[in-house]
Amino acid sequence: MWRSRVTPLAKLLEAALFASARPIVSEELIALDADASRAAVAAALEEIREHYDVDGHGVELVEIGGGWQILTRAEYTEAIERAQLASRPARLSAAALETLALIAYRQPLGRAEIEEIRGVSVGSVLKSLHERGLIDVVGRGEGLGRPMHYGTTPIFLEYFALRHLDELPRSDELAVALRAEPRAL
Amino acid sequence: MTGSALAHVLVGDASAPASFVVELNEFSGPLDLLLTLIREEQVDIYDIPIARVAEQFLARIRTLPLNEAAEYLEMAARLLRIKAQMLLPRTEGEEGWDDPRAELVRRLLEYQQMREVVDVLERAGEERRNRFARAYIHPVSAPPDAPLALSLSELLAAVDRILRVTRAPAIHDVVPRSIDVPGAIDVIRALLALRAHARWTDLVRHGAEPWEVLSTLLGLLEMAKLGECRVQQPRPFANVEISRDAASEAA
Repeated sequence: MWRSRVTPLAKLLEAALFASARPIVSEELIALDADASRAAVAAALEEIREHYDVDGHGVELVEIGGGWQILTRAEYTEAIERAQLASRPARLSAAALETLALIAYRQPLGRAEIEEIRGVSVGSVLKSLHERGLIDVVGRGEGLGRPMHYGTTPIFLEYFALRHLDELPRSDELAVALRAEPRAL
Repeated sequence: MTGSALAHVLVGDASAPASFVVELNEFSGPLDLLLTLIREEQVDIYDIPIARVAEQFLARIRTLPLNEAAEYLEMAARLLRIKAQMLLPRTEGEEGWDDPRAELVRRLLEYQQMREVVDVLERAGEERRNRFARAYIHPVSAPPDAPLALSLSELLAAVDRILRVTRAPAIHDVVPRSIDVPGAIDVIRALLALRAHARWTDLVRHGAEPWEVLSTLLGLLEMAKLGECRVQQPRPFANVEISRDAASEAA
């Protein structure tokens, strides 16, 4: 249960997070209370998170895409889905994941470059990723026909529950075999 | 060269190792297939036995429908070209030799790096999939309505349409009306004063309201009781015949 030391600010933030279907970014949380400083909000968030974790709740506070969101814990997913209270989103196909991976690492990136690396055409995959809001056109290239360049969106971070893009492993953290410079061939 | 060589390999080579049949759908593209073969063969990616891998590759894509095969065929052609270039004689330790496989290796490494990111994303996505957020969806606020663009004739036409389909509302005035027996008796007396015989249908006009019917009926019965008239009905449901009572007439 809430202990007496819990601040009114933490309760306010909890109510706001509960009411929102999407992650709330820090700026919006700070704006909830005119008197609240960034540090106070950070402390209050930590308070809520600790409260959920330490006191044992079915939900947890998760930092996603520069914002915060209350999510159910994974162990209850099956029961919730069995009762048809909520259902998990469909998985992305391998083709979609490969395309997303390239865009995430090399954005802004055009269709031709993606096809060059993947070795297949990606028109329909790009279209469906764009429709799902996972990628967006972020600019146009210089080349012939000024090809569209794609980048990831906040929804991308939400979909993978990433705080920010830096959370993905850096290129040089990927497998050892790939890090090694190709031997003189 | 690749065209005919490829066709030959694709169609005619029955001696290809009868390796297990693989659904190509499970591969996301030719590079995926190639990487899988290299892994299965456990060969060094920097020193790919190109002849063997090319052969395996062709064996795998043989089952592919032609409309899906284009990208795989392109890779097959590339492999065969590299294989041919490898066969060209070169002096041992020659300095200026460019490995024809270099470009392929670069692409494979690039591809594999991407696949590792895919694994990371897949794990992250699965983790998120297993947690639900609040389901409340904020209703999308509609943009403000555009000002009405409506001409007078359109408005009148609309009014006309509405008037045509809308009937005048049926308004019922409910007025309490007590049964008027004395009134009915007056009417019957007046009628009998003129005619010796009358019928029920002469007294009650068609479409009379219930209170009129009841008043007439009660008045008639009352007069019959008083002996002012006689009421007869020849058979069930027949018209009721009313006649002046002989006795009262005599009186």
